[in-house]
Amino acid sequence: MSGAVSVTTETPKVAWFRDPRIRSLVFQAVTLLIVLLVGWYLVDNTIDNMRRQNIASGLGFLNDRAGFDIIQSLVPYTSDSSFGQAFVVGLLNTLLVAIIGIFFATLVGFVVGVARLSSNWLIAKMAAAYVETFRNIPLLLQIFFWYHAVLKPLPGPRDSISLLGVVYLNNRGLYLPSPEPFGGFYIVLGLFAAGIAATLWLLRRERKRQEATGERKPVLWTGLGLIFGVPVLAYFVIMLAVGNPLNFDVPALTGFNFTGGVTIIPELFSLVIALSVYTAAFIAENVRSGIQAVSHGQTEAAYALGFRPNLTMRLIIIPQALRVIIPPMTSQYLNLTKNSSLAVAIAYPDLVAVFMGTTLNQTGQAVEVVAITMGVYLLLSLGTAGLMNWYNARVALVER
Amino acid sequence: MKWINRAALAVAASGMIAAGAQAATLDNIKKEGVLKCGVSQGLPGFSNPDDKGKWTGIDVDFCRAMAAAILGDASKVKYVPLSAKVRFTALQSGEIDVLSRNTTWTFTRDTNLGINFVGVLYYDGQGFMVRKKLGVTSALKLSGAQVCTNTGTTTELNVADYFKSHNMQYKVVAFENSNEVVAAYDAGRCDVYTTDRSGLAAQRTKMKNPDEHMVLPEVISKEPLGPAVRQGDDQFANIARWTLNAMIIAEELGVTSKNADQMKSAKNPEIKRLLGTDGKYGSYIGLDNDWAYRIVKQVGNYAEVYDRNVKPIGLERGVNNLWNKGGILYAPPFR
Amino acid sequence: MAMDDVVTPRYAPGQHPALPAPASTVGVVGWLRANLFSTGPDTSLTLVPFGVAFLAAAWFGGVSIMGSIVIGILIAVGVRIVARVAFGNPVIDNTVLTIVGAIIIFLIADVLLNFTIFDAVWSASGRADCAKSPDGACWGFVTARFSQFMYGFYPDAERWRVDVTGIFAIALIVPILFGQGRIRAYAVGLFLLAFPIVGFILMYGGLGLEIVPTNKWGGMMLTLVIAMTGITASLPLGVLLALGRRSDMPAIRNLCIVFIEFWRGVPLITVLFMASVMFPLFLPEGVTFNQLLRALIGVALFSAAYMAEVVRGGLQAIPKGQYEAASAMGLSYWKSMRLIVLPQALTIVIPGIVNSFIALFKDTTLVLIIGLFDFLGTIQTGLNDNAWAAPNVPMTGYVFAALVYWAFCFGMSRYSVRLERKLNTGRQH
Repeated sequence: MSGAVSVTTETPKVAWFRDPRIRSLVFQAVTLLIVLLVGWYLVDNTIDNMRRQNIASGLGFLNDRAGFDIIQSLVPYTSDSSFGQAFVVGLLNTLLVAIIGIFFATLVGFVVGVARLSSNWLIAKMAAAYVETFRNIPLLLQIFFWYHAVLKPLPGPRDSISLLGVVYLNNRGLYLPSPEPFGGFYIVLGLFAAGIAATLWLLRRERKRQEATGERKPVLWTGLGLIFGVPVLAYFVIMLAVGNPLNFDVPALTGFNFTGGVTIIPELFSLVIALSVYTAAFIAENVRSGIQAVSHGQTEAAYALGFRPNLTMRLIIIPQALRVIIPPMTSQYLNLTKNSSLAVAIAYPDLVAVFMGTTLNQTGQAVEVVAITMGVYLLLSLGTAGLMNWYNARVALVER
Repeated sequence: MKWINRAALAVAASGMIAAGAQAATLDNIKKEGVLKCGVSQGLPGFSNPDDKGKWTGIDVDFCRAMAAAILGDASKVKYVPLSAKVRFTALQSGEIDVLSRNTTWTFTRDTNLGINFVGVLYYDGQGFMVRKKLGVTSALKLSGAQVCTNTGTTTELNVADYFKSHNMQYKVVAFENSNEVVAAYDAGRCDVYTTDRSGLAAQRTKMKNPDEHMVLPEVISKEPLGPAVRQGDDQFANIARWTLNAMIIAEELGVTSKNADQMKSAKNPEIKRLLGTDGKYGSYIGLDNDWAYRIVKQVGNYAEVYDRNVKPIGLERGVNNLWNKGGILYAPPFR
Repeated sequence: MAMDDVVTPRYAPGQHPALPAPASTVGVVGWLRANLFSTGPDTSLTLVPFGVAFLAAAWFGGVSIMGSIVIGILIAVGVRIVARVAFGNPVIDNTVLTIVGAIIIFLIADVLLNFTIFDAVWSASGRADCAKSPDGACWGFVTARFSQFMYGFYPDAERWRVDVTGIFAIALIVPILFGQGRIRAYAVGLFLLAFPIVGFILMYGGLGLEIVPTNKWGGMMLTLVIAMTGITASLPLGVLLALGRRSDMPAIRNLCIVFIEFWRGVPLITVLFMASVMFPLFLPEGVTFNQLLRALIGVALFSAAYMAEVVRGGLQAIPKGQYEAASAMGLSYWKSMRLIVLPQALTIVIPGIVNSFIALFKDTTLVLIIGLFDFLGTIQTGLNDNAWAAPNVPMTGYVFAALVYWAFCFGMSRYSVRLERKLNTGRQH
């Protein structure tokens, strides 16, 4: 710092310690120094403590055998898998519940937010009551509540509610048949996708034609034929030529429980309800203030042009309101993702439950495990924020 | 960075920061006049607070016995409720002096975590509870079952090993809080509830209809539950170990809280040694000669403690009986 | 829909023959759109009765899924027909919406009132009494343990100290919330400077009062201690961080950004876990903080980051002219902040600050994960008690907790709305 002094003493009127630039430099340097020292002190202590207490360190544990089972896994996992694989399972489960939760929270949030501004007194008050109830009760309590509200009315596996003998619902979950495609089925799938693309192209062409000439030809039947007709035809051709390209693994009651098919466990179900109901209350408020931020003149102008109320809302108000709504909604999405870490209370195997819970307990490597967990959430947060900022910029560009 | 450490220790001398993990534990306890004891957040029969905040249970009585021996007053205990996750760290860091929290004594914990187990207060094993109407009489018939249990304990691993070694399928539903395990099992979420058999007995009393449930005969693991202290303070470890032994020996010799005073004049030399009317045994562990007498007088012998705490939740003595009464409780001789 | 009239001849204005109706208005699709899903309310008018009937049949009536779907469709169509006949088109949406709303309210009220009032057990001495009415709440459990829910394990004889502290707090908070001018300023000063010390001595002990170690603190008292400490600590910290984030000094600005984004990016449970389990590892051997203090620091840092973002919003809303005018008057940075910018910025964001307080208050429930017996924690301890082990007791405990938390948070949120209105009217005219 004394070096900096000699450089700047050439300005005669101001003493060096009054020069704002110098002061700012010194202040920053001192702050940085303190932060570095404190950081070094903590790291030094940690390393020292870990060495002395014989606590293992390093990431080698990720390759060790986990030894415990997880009820829901999007990738193959058994108790013979490694802790690293358990981490992946937990992470995917967190992402799954976050994405489904965000979808429903947005849906419910928009409906309630618009309903709060309804001209119908009762509906507006009901929406307000929804917001004030769910926003003001701790999420942990709501998770417990929904879990038991979902479990209570459902029957045991032997008295399952059955739909056509292929879908079953009981207090162990919702059992759906899972498709098991063979090679030929991908041709069918490909045709299906091609059909959708062709129909979209047709629709666009017809819309252009309508704009140009005012005439329009219906594409419904052509589209249906392209999307469903051709693939179904192909399906039967393949079935006759090669054999059935698609089987379903239908759940069946064996012993205590159903096996086969896909299971949606009640924990996932209740967690999604709890997270989306809770977050929707906040999103509804964002939506309401966003809509209120759009000048009432816009509504009046739309009515003057002959727009019906719901079209006004959809085509005039919401697009403008989105600019106000999106930034606060981003933080609600982030909150939802972080709040999904309460899953362990009702046994949903998310990242915190699987990794910071069981894995941490088996390995005892708190520093590594907690650091990785925090890092993952941090990345998720920054990633979501980045994505929403990009979208926000796009929305802003579309407007003037 | 040593000066910072010193400064931190100086700060620690004041206010809400506590220092002294490496100081002699006994001196610290005597100076503070209170024994800091790590217990569970609520497990009937072992350590459970009532509506007045009064703690009861066999683990709690062990803490009280230590306080009686060291401080002369069984009530001078500060109970620190700990979750399964934080219990070992709390002991390592000196937040508690002794961990008496239905904790299983295992090789890794005893060696690698910087703590020492001093004995076994309760011999337990992991078991299964099912509904009677399932018609299952053996754990070997549980293939395909859904199993509710706690996270953060050895039970999750034991159950994985058990089902795997018997080639059975199962699904595990693991909760953070044992209240939730019971609630979910009772609501029909699982076919099976697994934890230590003492826990099964304690939790069964909370079900809607306790009679509808039964504990299967299989014991799938050994769970010796015992108190633990920090490594590196042998004197304090001795006090903890012999507090436990004194309780067992007192039962062997028929010394109870009611007859302790008469027994002081008994002729049996081992009773005399135990109650401090002969020799200077207390001085060997840094206490006075009446330490064991106070344990028995204020807290009771092992049988009294067991009958007061564990019997009411429906568990007979079983293996926790004395070695000469069909159990495996066996304390080294007091001489 | 013939395929051969593709030719597009030109017509004189007004001479164009009528075109076929758009595809979306004819056939099955058209009927559906016109009759069931024509407007948003229309759609809900179809879907809501269907959903309600479906759920009622499937969950409460014990009908199978297929049967419930059929019942749902029948009811939905019935509602439409009745509506059309009874009200004619323009009003039906609103009226039927009202009726559907009333039905939903009735269903919810039915469940809630039955549980909390009509089927409830009001006085009970144990699980046997509670079990008599398993479908209702067992309020006897709450009354029996009420003092523990409030004070945790705080010794009976010393509880007056908590009460005195509480009265002090209320005596200071009321003027802060509703007072004016100088009285309010004094109250704020006392609350920030004197109250923490007095409250600490009263509750912890010292100066002749018996020491009550923090592990005996619990219940609502602990919840309020955590919330109020978090609030009073996070506000100044948040202001500093927000100023730092808008600072001209790159090192300071980036440090603040990293700090804020870090705490906002991680879940509070990981923070609390670190504070309670790992913190001793970061300190030299043998030094350890009180567990409550560690949790408090974790909560305060976490909410300070959120507070910083709220305050930053206020700082950005202050016109640049205010900053420039302050410098022109020769005020130093801190003086211009303290006298000109912050008073305006903080006033604007008071509703946001109150909202962060609400969030913080709700978040205190998470300390139960690290073994502190806060309000929810003491209730869960009560659920462990065999004497009260009846099937309706857990739900009773959770409903009671929900009501209490709701009352606190709703109060704060009403206050914030009131302030928002007051500030808005002051601003607009």
